[in-house]
Amino acid sequence: MSTESITPALQLGVGDRLRLWWDALARPTQWLVGVPFIVLIALLPVIRPPVLTTVGTDFGGVLAQFGMYALLAIGLNVVVGQTGLLDLGYVGFYAIGAYTVGLLTSPDSPWNLTDDWLSRDWAWLFALPVAIAITAISGLLLGTPTLRLRGDYLAIVTLGFGEIVRLLADNLSNITGGGRGLSQIAYPVVGESASKPNGVFSAGNTSQPLNSGTWWFWLSIVLIIIVLLVVGNLERSRVGRAWVAIREDEDAAEIMGVPTFKFKLWAFLIGASIGGLSGALYAGQVQFVVPSTFNVINSMLFLCAVVLGGQGNKLGVILGAFIIVYLPNFFLGRTELFGIPINGNDIANYKYLFFGLALVVLMIFRPQGLIPARQKLLTYGRSIYVATRRAALALAATPAPAPAAAEPSDTTEGGAR
Amino acid sequence: MRRTTPKIAGTALVLAIGLVLTGCSSKETPSDDGSPSDGGTSAAAADLSIQPLVQIDDKGGEVPAADTSNAADPAGDGTAKCDPVSIAMAGALTGPNAALGINILNGAKLAVDAHNAANADCQVTVKEFDTEGDPQKATQVAPSIVSDSSVIGLLGPAFSGETKAVGPVFSQAGLLSLTASATNPDLTTNGWTNFFRGLANDAVQGPSVAAYMVNTLKFAKVCVVQDDSDYGVGLAEQITSGLGDAADSACAAKVKTGDKDFSATVQIIKGESPDAVFYAGYYAEGAPFAAQLKEGGVTAAFVSADGTNDPEFVKQAGAAAKDAYLSCPCGPAPDTFASDYTAKFNVAPGVYSVEAYDLATIMLKGIDSGVKDRAGLIDFVKNYDGDGLARHYQWDATGELASALIWIYQVK
Amino acid sequence: MSAVMTVGTTLASGVISFDLGSLGRNFWALTIDGLTYGSIYALVAVGYTLVYGVLRLINFAHSEIFMLGMFGQYATLMLLGFTPSGNAYQEGTVMTVVYLLIAMIGGMIVAGGSAVGLERVAYRPLRKRGAPSLVFLITAIGASFIIQEFVHFVLPKLTGGKLGGVNAQQPIRLVEAQVQFSIFGADVTNVEIIIVLAAILLAVATERFISITKFGRGIRAVAQDPVTATLMGVSRERVIMLTFLIGGVLAGAAALLYTLRVPSGIIYSGGFILGIKAFSAAVLGGIGNLRGALLGGLLLGVMELYGQALFGTEWRDVVAFVVLILVLMIRPTGILGESLGRARA
Repeated sequence: MSTESITPALQLGVGDRLRLWWDALARPTQWLVGVPFIVLIALLPVIRPPVLTTVGTDFGGVLAQFGMYALLAIGLNVVVGQTGLLDLGYVGFYAIGAYTVGLLTSPDSPWNLTDDWLSRDWAWLFALPVAIAITAISGLLLGTPTLRLRGDYLAIVTLGFGEIVRLLADNLSNITGGGRGLSQIAYPVVGESASKPNGVFSAGNTSQPLNSGTWWFWLSIVLIIIVLLVVGNLERSRVGRAWVAIREDEDAAEIMGVPTFKFKLWAFLIGASIGGLSGALYAGQVQFVVPSTFNVINSMLFLCAVVLGGQGNKLGVILGAFIIVYLPNFFLGRTELFGIPINGNDIANYKYLFFGLALVVLMIFRPQGLIPARQKLLTYGRSIYVATRRAALALAATPAPAPAAAEPSDTTEGGAR
Repeated sequence: MRRTTPKIAGTALVLAIGLVLTGCSSKETPSDDGSPSDGGTSAAAADLSIQPLVQIDDKGGEVPAADTSNAADPAGDGTAKCDPVSIAMAGALTGPNAALGINILNGAKLAVDAHNAANADCQVTVKEFDTEGDPQKATQVAPSIVSDSSVIGLLGPAFSGETKAVGPVFSQAGLLSLTASATNPDLTTNGWTNFFRGLANDAVQGPSVAAYMVNTLKFAKVCVVQDDSDYGVGLAEQITSGLGDAADSACAAKVKTGDKDFSATVQIIKGESPDAVFYAGYYAEGAPFAAQLKEGGVTAAFVSADGTNDPEFVKQAGAAAKDAYLSCPCGPAPDTFASDYTAKFNVAPGVYSVEAYDLATIMLKGIDSGVKDRAGLIDFVKNYDGDGLARHYQWDATGELASALIWIYQVK
Repeated sequence: MSAVMTVGTTLASGVISFDLGSLGRNFWALTIDGLTYGSIYALVAVGYTLVYGVLRLINFAHSEIFMLGMFGQYATLMLLGFTPSGNAYQEGTVMTVVYLLIAMIGGMIVAGGSAVGLERVAYRPLRKRGAPSLVFLITAIGASFIIQEFVHFVLPKLTGGKLGGVNAQQPIRLVEAQVQFSIFGADVTNVEIIIVLAAILLAVATERFISITKFGRGIRAVAQDPVTATLMGVSRERVIMLTFLIGGVLAGAAALLYTLRVPSGIIYSGGFILGIKAFSAAVLGGIGNLRGALLGGLLLGVMELYGQALFGTEWRDVVAFVVLILVLMIRPTGILGESLGRARA
């Protein structure tokens, strides 16, 4: 056997190089790099960079909407991307979260607590955990009878559930107000001052650039970070590995002893809770819920965000959510782009057309999405990977041929991302 | 298999001949010919229009039309000076009920253009915000209105549902919300100090129309059908309580916005054989509903209110719209206004056009008198007392007009 | 009976009102109406069931094929010279039938063509790449978006505002609904007769096609065992194209019939709910089973109308979703439960 090492030249693209560099950093270093990045994102609505800032609509509001959609995308990613359960009715959880907050705090609701003992200033904060809990229970209720189904059937059944939630909200008008909706939902009242008598989160806070949209965006960033930590932990644990196993081949997982039904239910529960959290945010920001918001098209839009960004990759789906929310708003009201006259409003109207095209094209050519998930299954895989990579780089620095086992691409990369 | 081929060929031949024959004949627009199944001739739909009948008070009794010679003129005295500001108009400019919003926009534009033409030093722009009449879309549009600092007053929102949805936003932002069309009575009970209504609300329209139906038109049995919008539900409530015993609860039905098929409701109403059917909702559903009632063989009179009171209703319902009674808290357009409007927009004025003109004029008067900010305009409107083309405008503490009456129209 | 009624009323009276009396009074009228709608659902359901039988794929975009069929027949009528108006044209029985046939063919051409086009553009590349079924479903959703928004925004620009857009098309009424006779006190109109007769004819024709003709045997063969069918000389690609074509053609016919019944329903979003209901019907009858689709359609139509009478008119759409979920949970193979591949198609 030849002693020359036939090391195939690894074709690394820019994205791959970035990921290899990122993966090689130790955890604390990753935080050190990540935090300024997060702060930069958080300061975007304050800085209002010239090209990025939306023209036809408020940039803070757009980012606040992005925050909500990012949460939804992370939640849906747990169900669709991690566990492989196609859920077309995710908007139902969004609706239940929003309606719970509405039912507890709107004067139109028969279950309004704010004229009883709950002060309106704290009502939203009180209703938030209640909304999450109730949505989680609804996830349980949806999952228990239906998770025995697979693939396409599960998709259609979840679609049915999403529509049933919307139709119930529409028809039970004695409770939910039906098509009239629930208005004057409470929002957190923080930071009252003479110019802002209702606090910084109220719609009356129109001071630029720290208007109510910016404050809701910051709140959603905090929530996104918390949710990412929770979901990330789950991904790196037994639960996450069970999800991956279920996604790849459910029957094999069952045979290997993974309690698939239990973990699928867990996925639904967690996805539902995150959806409920986002719904509560929506209700507080817009202060009005009506059934027509929670239609099937929005469900498809969330799915689009997850698929576009990269199913299974929780940071990828955030990027997907950003694309879904930001791009149409970028064009809104814009009449020229780099000197070319365009009709921005028209282009913004075509957003579903473009997203549909993006879905079809992506599914044909790049079904894993823009930032694919890298599957890592070992618990201490990260440390193994870092150590192996260090060794490989050291070996590569020496000119002597090295045994092939030192190639970093051969080791199973551990530690879920 | 072999035997079916000649059959297929034969059918194809027949169809081809049919195609050739039909392609050559011309189609007449449908009018009464052949064998009319119901007695009497039906006039072509193009001849029908909505004509004003009478102005009524809350007992259903007739009230003569008011004198409009003192109406405020948006052009003013031509010497106003102001910084460039804008007023916003929010309502259904596209979508199934777009005609109602466009009426308002055009009325406002007529006033503002007259003002700008006469006052070269005070140019006011009208910024349009399309909500499609949908409360959900309105919540997306409202933050844009509020964050635009050049907007110091809002003419709108147009529909009661969207006003309910985004009213808190404007209230918190301290932006004047002067509506030419939102009639749900509960809107002024929310404690919004920025909200003023430029026409009578449904707590006046409901009892007035009910009294007119019972006392003048002598309907003994009425089916009240409501849609699921804030306006429809509120109006149906008022009508039902105003009708009292005449409202038959067995045929009181609900329809949903966006419904196209009302067969079940028509079935129920036909079973009850009422004298009249009152529809509380907008023309997007009202027109197909009226058409399906006629097709279903229901001979009851069709009565509806301002949401259906538009030429679009007549166009979409066709012959079924004939003899329908339509009410409105808005009055018919005076002649000079109507001719100016038609000359400018190539279409006759519709409901709320006059109100929009009057309310835009009030805001312009405020701007002319030196108001520069949102709070100032709210104050101006609060203390305003003057005549307009439609009525006298003076608001009470809750934002309702001191006096307002209802008009009845009929399609003929 | 009265005991069941009291139990039912006490159980549901708090939130949902339960009205057996209304059901009893209008039973025959509701049944006739239900069969009318059911025929339309049946024709659309055949499209879902055939594609599932042959490809094991739920063609989510089939509802948009139906919607395109509606616009196709409307465009045909416009090309023939009809204009939208509030009144119905009175052209005489023979000519009306001829015009309706032409419009139906126009709708069939548009729907069938789009179905085949959809298959070639969206599904065939995925099949060639061996994609998992999740990917097919997502692509179908994307295709659904594209078609809907095309009709919503692009079509008005292409036709100068005459077709498409955010509002429903103004109805072109060729047939004025007139009561022909009564059964047990319920009126039967000419529109209902046309719909049910046409649906029966089309269903029988499809069924004969699938059982007797060479192409139909090919469809059944590929549904039963694609590999063996290919070994036996059946062109899988051609069979797939034919399946989509048949589904599309039937959806186009159903579109005309639906427009006869609901003239103001021609809007870009008008396919979606009907598609879900047709899919529920296909599942109810037994997905992959042609007769199941027809039976399921009729059953669902009738159940919807009964549900409306029992619970209130606003609960109509919920019936379809509830039926779907119940069937999938309790008896996923549906009522007839057999697949297209078996000899008894």
